[in-house]
Amino acid sequence: MADSGVTDGAVGKDGIQQAKIEGKELTKEEKQRLRKEKKQQKKNKEKNDENASKESEEKPVSAAAPTPTQPSQKAPSAVPAPASLPVPASEPQPAKSKADMKAERRARQESERASKKKGDAGQPAATGKAKAAPSELQPVVKRLPEHVQVDNPEVLKKLAKKLEKQQIPLRLDYGHKVSLFSHLHQYSRRAPLTQQIGIPSTVIHPAIVRLGLQYSQGIVAGSNARSVALLHAFKQVIRDYTTPPNEELSRDLVNKLKPYISFLNQCRPLSASMGNAIKYIKKEISNIPSQYREEEAKSKLLICIERYIDENIILAAKAIAKSSIEKISDGDVILVYGCSSLVNHILCEAFEKKRKFRVIVVDSRPRLEGREALRRLVQRGISCTYVLISAVSYILPEVSKVFLGAHALLANGYVMSRVGTSQIALVAKAFNVPVLVCCETYKFCERVQTDSFVSNELDDPDDLIVTRKGRTQLEHWQEVPSLGLLNLVYDVTPPDFVDLVITDLGMIPCTSVPVVLRVKNMDQ
Amino acid sequence: MELQAVLMAAGGGSRMTDLTYNTPKPMLPVGNKPLMWYPLNLLERVGFEEVIVITTKEVQKMMSTDPKMKPDVKMKLDVVCIQEDGDMGTADALRHIHSKIKTDVLVVSCDLITDVALHEVVDLFRAHNATLAMLMRKAHEFTETIPGQKGKKKTAEQRDFVGVDESGERLLFMANEADLEDGLSIRKSIMRKHPRMHIKTGLVDAHLYCLKKEVLDFLADNKSISSIRGELVPYLVRKQFSKTINCPNIKDDADDQNLKTKDGSTNQELLISSRDEPLLQLAQERSCWNDHRGDMSAAYHGGKLRCYVHIMDEGLCYRVNTLAAYIDTNRLAPKLFEEPAVHSTAVISERCQMGSDSIIGAMCQVADKTSIKRSTIGNSTTIKEKVKVTNSIIMHGVTIEEGCNIQGSVICSNAVIGRGADLKHCLVGNGQRIEPEAERTNEVIVGTDQLMEI
Repeated sequence: MADSGVTDGAVGKDGIQQAKIEGKELTKEEKQRLRKEKKQQKKNKEKNDENASKESEEKPVSAAAPTPTQPSQKAPSAVPAPASLPVPASEPQPAKSKADMKAERRARQESERASKKKGDAGQPAATGKAKAAPSELQPVVKRLPEHVQVDNPEVLKKLAKKLEKQQIPLRLDYGHKVSLFSHLHQYSRRAPLTQQIGIPSTVIHPAIVRLGLQYSQGIVAGSNARSVALLHAFKQVIRDYTTPPNEELSRDLVNKLKPYISFLNQCRPLSASMGNAIKYIKKEISNIPSQYREEEAKSKLLICIERYIDENIILAAKAIAKSSIEKISDGDVILVYGCSSLVNHILCEAFEKKRKFRVIVVDSRPRLEGREALRRLVQRGISCTYVLISAVSYILPEVSKVFLGAHALLANGYVMSRVGTSQIALVAKAFNVPVLVCCETYKFCERVQTDSFVSNELDDPDDLIVTRKGRTQLEHWQEVPSLGLLNLVYDVTPPDFVDLVITDLGMIPCTSVPVVLRVKNMDQ
Repeated sequence: MELQAVLMAAGGGSRMTDLTYNTPKPMLPVGNKPLMWYPLNLLERVGFEEVIVITTKEVQKMMSTDPKMKPDVKMKLDVVCIQEDGDMGTADALRHIHSKIKTDVLVVSCDLITDVALHEVVDLFRAHNATLAMLMRKAHEFTETIPGQKGKKKTAEQRDFVGVDESGERLLFMANEADLEDGLSIRKSIMRKHPRMHIKTGLVDAHLYCLKKEVLDFLADNKSISSIRGELVPYLVRKQFSKTINCPNIKDDADDQNLKTKDGSTNQELLISSRDEPLLQLAQERSCWNDHRGDMSAAYHGGKLRCYVHIMDEGLCYRVNTLAAYIDTNRLAPKLFEEPAVHSTAVISERCQMGSDSIIGAMCQVADKTSIKRSTIGNSTTIKEKVKVTNSIIMHGVTIEEGCNIQGSVICSNAVIGRGADLKHCLVGNGQRIEPEAERTNEVIVGTDQLMEI
């Protein structure tokens, strides 16, 4: 029973609790197994860290139903949690030192990584467990990001510790959350993070504080705008940066950027485009050869940032506009939703090229971004109609094409965009109207999601409150215990509803997104 | 470095000369702390580590000897002295320290006592990349009777007209009643951009300003502006809608000509620009946010100069520049800090009746059978037996002999009140002696040398 012995030791206390929470039935053998390793765990109690048990690996019970979207297993954290992990490899040895266990685990992870390269990758360890050798029983599942585990107090504690180390204040959640989304953060716009930092901010660069404020107040909104503003702020940070003595710019600057990124994350969760931009910058910084002087290195970085914006945002928009104009013919009635900077750019370009079309702008509460899109289009001279999303099935018989913008394109072909987009795509499909999604390649991300619950963003619930004729019905919504206000920001559209994705690499079907990602990774 | 704090402590206190002819205004005791301690405390609480203090030599000397300033204020104070009889306005003072200023500046006046959450003002400054952000509050009604005031209240001072937009944050219009001869006129261009404007008159300006560095550079070149509140702020508010800022190509605009005649010789233009302007522009273009709706223009109407104001609804915000304000703040000041009402070194006999809302300073001596209610007693004051002090402010070093009855009065430092004196609503100046058995009501008792000053 060597195999199960390994996994038994692996399953932490929390694993059992989790299984119970998920309401899965424990079979008799599983119960026995769990009892056994509970005993073993008690022996190693002194060596345990607090967080150790949370970092449990897969449980045999979850083999029952590996939910596709939410891998119920949690991989061991990067900081190896001692003792809860398989101590009794073959013989129960309660008195194993931390270093030994670390080394053991590292060896095991290496061997598992090697076997992963050979065999199939990415399978949840539950299924892999049955076939794989004991050394590969370390879970291969990626760990859950902390921003979707807000209801887990240990994750919160860990986050608080990390922020404390970086001297960033922790932003507290606000208001009663709807239970389906209780695993996400929900902040209030009236309690900005700047309340908790000193006024002449010394820990965080002032450009980053300004950016964080602009994010949390919605002054900079839209994934392109956010990325550009982020890179602009990073340029200022790099300009003001001086390498401390005995440090290398390539390593120290990356460390300097980490607290800033945490701060921005606290102000508003990072978007996929921002995440990719940050990855790019970090890579560029680490790749600076050590013989560069500080001035040279800084100017090189500034040039890199400029080039990134030029290539991925400005030129990409031009390329996408060029391809989309072919798809717009005279007499078209185009439906757009919300305010996507890229779609607006395309329509304005098409209008410049003298195409004859009219636009229907669909808008939704509480953001009412469509008004801004309407203003920009009408200013150019395009004739527009404006409806709310509740009227979309009324207006669709008139529509010949639907152009949608995207916040991110996921690796399984799903389109993540403003909440309401999937609705529009669904109705358009029902009416057999082609749906075209326009998205630059830098917004492609390697995440996989099939529903909008797992990972989303909860905006301030007070935005939903409206005052009409001096009366605010929902003013005291927090006092009603059974009432929850939900203000979702994003939703995912399945690839069956999307007919074409127009990117700067060309017009591709939704299912080719992983190919593009693979090609991009190979390039780097 | 994000912001540098500047404390203006060279003011004369021209509206309460009875109190300030001997003690300079920044050192007037409020709740037994010097007046300038309050803004310094506000800055310290918020996280500033250095403050540039602009003051006179006299105040600087008093600061170094005052027992309160040294231990309580932990920040580094960079004291800059200016001539006290020169006509240096606040803007002139800023010009004087222009070389020390490296970033944006937060200017605070020494007579401001407030518990505002300062991040509200600074957030407006940061988030909208504003040129000016200031703080205002609805004026408090002063309820206490003012000693020495005969008859009805004086007519209200010249009002300030403040125009804000719908959100209540953007400053559109600011003028003082004195400058408006024929009436309030608002330019059509402003009305076109902001059709809904709220004009408020009952606001008190806290004299707390966040200014961009470019404004100081502009001040250095334009020597005609001498007061921040009187000239610079209205100028900036007007400049928001000036055409030359927004379209640098158009010169000699008709509007601008009018401006020039009004302001005199403001030659240099205020150039608001920042590095990487195109990137900022790009971010703003791509962002789906607008600060107004209903017309065809982009966010901020394309204007680069923006002035914002934070109007407090609740909380304390006082400017101690009149006697009434001084008395009111003395009542409320203890709420701002948590120190014990009775100082540890004060010697108070057991048969003294002390109300809970009174403050006794250090090294006081209060004898038996005294009753102290709703009053502030300064440091090193001696109060003999059978004295009744109600609703009064007694400053430092005062001696009150037996049997006195002091109501609603202000007794300045080092005064001596003789036995059995009965003072109601009086103001006793610095170092004055009140003869025994005197009965004074509603009088201002100051020395003859003060009477000569104007």
